[in-house]
Amino acid sequence: MKFKNLGIVAISLAAFYAAGSMAGEVDSSFVLKRIQERGVVNMGHREASVPFSYIGDDGKPKGYSVDLCHKIVEQIKVSTENPDLKINYVPVTSQTRIALMANGTIDLECGSTTHNLTRQKQVDYLATTFITGTKLASKKGSGITELEDMDGKVIALSLGTTNEKAIKRVAEEKGLNIKYVMVKDHPQGWLNLENGRADAYASDDVLLYGLISKSKNPDDFQVTGRFLSYDPYGIMVPHDDSTYRRLGDVVLADMMRSGEMQKIYDTWFNPGPTDIGMPISSTLKTAFEVQALPH
Amino acid sequence: MNYNWDWGVLVTAPYFGWIISGLGWTLAVAACAWLIAFTLGSIIGIMRTTDNPVARSIGAGYVEVFRNIPLLVQMFLWYFIFPELLPEAWGTWVKRGIPLPEFWTAVVCLGTYTASRVAEQVRAGINAISLGQKQAAMAIGLAPMQVYRYILLPVSYRTIIPPMTSEFLGIFKNSSLALTIGVLELTAQTRQIEEYTFQGFEAFTAATILYITVTFIVMTAMAVVEKKMAIPGMISLGAK
Amino acid sequence: MFSDFDFDVVINAIPFLWEGMQLTFLLTFLAITGGLFLGVLLALSRLSHIKVLSFAAGSYVNFFRSMPLILVIFWFYFLVPFIVGRPVGGFYSVLVAFTLFEAAYYCEIMRAGIQSVRISQVQAGQAIGLSYSQNMRYIVLPQAFRNMTPILLTQAVILFQDTSLVYVVGLHDFLVNAEIVATRENRLIELFSTVAVVYFVLCLSFSLSIRKLQKRFSI
Repeated sequence: MKFKNLGIVAISLAAFYAAGSMAGEVDSSFVLKRIQERGVVNMGHREASVPFSYIGDDGKPKGYSVDLCHKIVEQIKVSTENPDLKINYVPVTSQTRIALMANGTIDLECGSTTHNLTRQKQVDYLATTFITGTKLASKKGSGITELEDMDGKVIALSLGTTNEKAIKRVAEEKGLNIKYVMVKDHPQGWLNLENGRADAYASDDVLLYGLISKSKNPDDFQVTGRFLSYDPYGIMVPHDDSTYRRLGDVVLADMMRSGEMQKIYDTWFNPGPTDIGMPISSTLKTAFEVQALPH
Repeated sequence: MNYNWDWGVLVTAPYFGWIISGLGWTLAVAACAWLIAFTLGSIIGIMRTTDNPVARSIGAGYVEVFRNIPLLVQMFLWYFIFPELLPEAWGTWVKRGIPLPEFWTAVVCLGTYTASRVAEQVRAGINAISLGQKQAAMAIGLAPMQVYRYILLPVSYRTIIPPMTSEFLGIFKNSSLALTIGVLELTAQTRQIEEYTFQGFEAFTAATILYITVTFIVMTAMAVVEKKMAIPGMISLGAK
Repeated sequence: MFSDFDFDVVINAIPFLWEGMQLTFLLTFLAITGGLFLGVLLALSRLSHIKVLSFAAGSYVNFFRSMPLILVIFWFYFLVPFIVGRPVGGFYSVLVAFTLFEAAYYCEIMRAGIQSVRISQVQAGQAIGLSYSQNMRYIVLPQAFRNMTPILLTQAVILFQDTSLVYVVGLHDFLVNAEIVATRENRLIELFSTVAVVYFVLCLSFSLSIRKLQKRFSI
């Protein structure tokens, strides 16, 4: 309760600061300008990225990233002086998110997108909201703990993911003879592990825990090994609009400082609606502290 | 457009190689699947025009099953469910024993699916031949096999060249669905490039141009064939 | 694998799946209507003696036939907002893409149908003094349509199934909704088997009923 109040104070404080420079803010931001003209903010979301961004039973998008985006939209309402600003939800996939951001269809993307330097050429990111990395899921008793144990075995990888890149790089460095089965999405990768087409499935550890929690026999599977890659997630915003990006970063920094961020985190991850049961890691906790920039 | 164009990415290693290898897999899947589709489709199509009720119903059943389930779903069924229906040792062999399991699954799936459509074309072609030809053939004492061999098939295959070209192009384009079971064909490779570089528009443009080029070559070749094969006495471009 | 088939997931998803099915039906109906109309015009242009017309129609058909549908949908979705200057929404861009794309296929099917009509029929029509359009209207098209009905129907069934490609633009049709549930609940086998059965029953009863109609009209 105390935290919540602090959060409100922080946000209204931020709103107060923003109010001072409001006119200039909208003028210097093409994204805010078009949101103001349309009276609608177009929020890109994923459909099955549990628990970051997914369609609930009621058909509405929800999740950790979606909650964070709603906080940012509150601030956009203040900046565009439009308390009735509507949210239009636009479902995106890993194939459409960049194109839709580039052609102006979405104003922010709330999913589970890894922030990396190559991608910065095309889009901008707000502060890091989650940290994960590549690990292996395998059947208990298979004797697999690290990637080195996979020599001569079959691993399933999701097409075009940062995990695929990481696994192939490490395997090449170590001269491991691993057979790859490429899959289209996480559940198919999981199915390949379940039915024995593959001995392990490599993905972001948070997603692996999510898959295990949703599988029919959660006790049969394990997530093991060291992190084979570093994947910080961030909310995507259009390229080259520093005013707009700052608006989002201010909201996130305020929440990180007030502790509201961790509360939202706990709602979704500890144990969360899908019983994923991932208490905040020390790395992410530190990341929140580091990114809680002062005003 | 708020997009950072970089066409250079298409000719940069390793992406250029990915596109070429993707095109190679697309052509390989399409060619192998077409062999199945054409052979099986012709057999099924002919079965549906014979007088034998058993053959007719087998043919009809085949067509109904394979054309009434979306290809995407069939791909999934072949890949994930079919091996589980086999005895365990065979299932394991299909899943891990054969070289390139994804490739062969995609080929079988696309081939059997397109066979149902080819069968319909063949049947329509044979049925479009006027009854008089068949009667004339039987009147001069040809056996049923001979009627098909010398009269019905030569005529019908010539009239169905345009739709058969469509079917072949269909298989070529539908091969893009093989990516859903992990075959790294052209569309899959462009998606890979998209994910790695975030330069999706460039990659998709390259794929579009490649698809159009291959199709154009096939269509030009088939237009020549169509003209050569046109049957005098029917309305057709060739006869005009 | 099948012993622990989870029916509850499927049953809970029925309302969501039905929502998707409605979109599938609507899209199929509109695209067939538009595509058939445009397709007849294209086929007639393609076979016409006016060179410009037949060349234009030919290029149109060849262009659309050479593109995978998925790329057509993709380009329409991303480029139309540029041309129009504002987001048009997934449904309309997809509808336009499907109509234009299907028209090319209907055109080819009808061209083959028209060509399968024997030229003596046309000559007979000309002999009794029918004009080009009368000849087409009363002699050629009725026969061509009958010859081509099975293939036109196959194409309609294909379109019904192809609407699932709208996932590219994030529209929710039947298959997409099933995939969303399958992915979210990690129950692929259950949902995909359901989808296969539903499509099969729907498409089969559709083709069977049309075939009954067709028998009444066949030559």
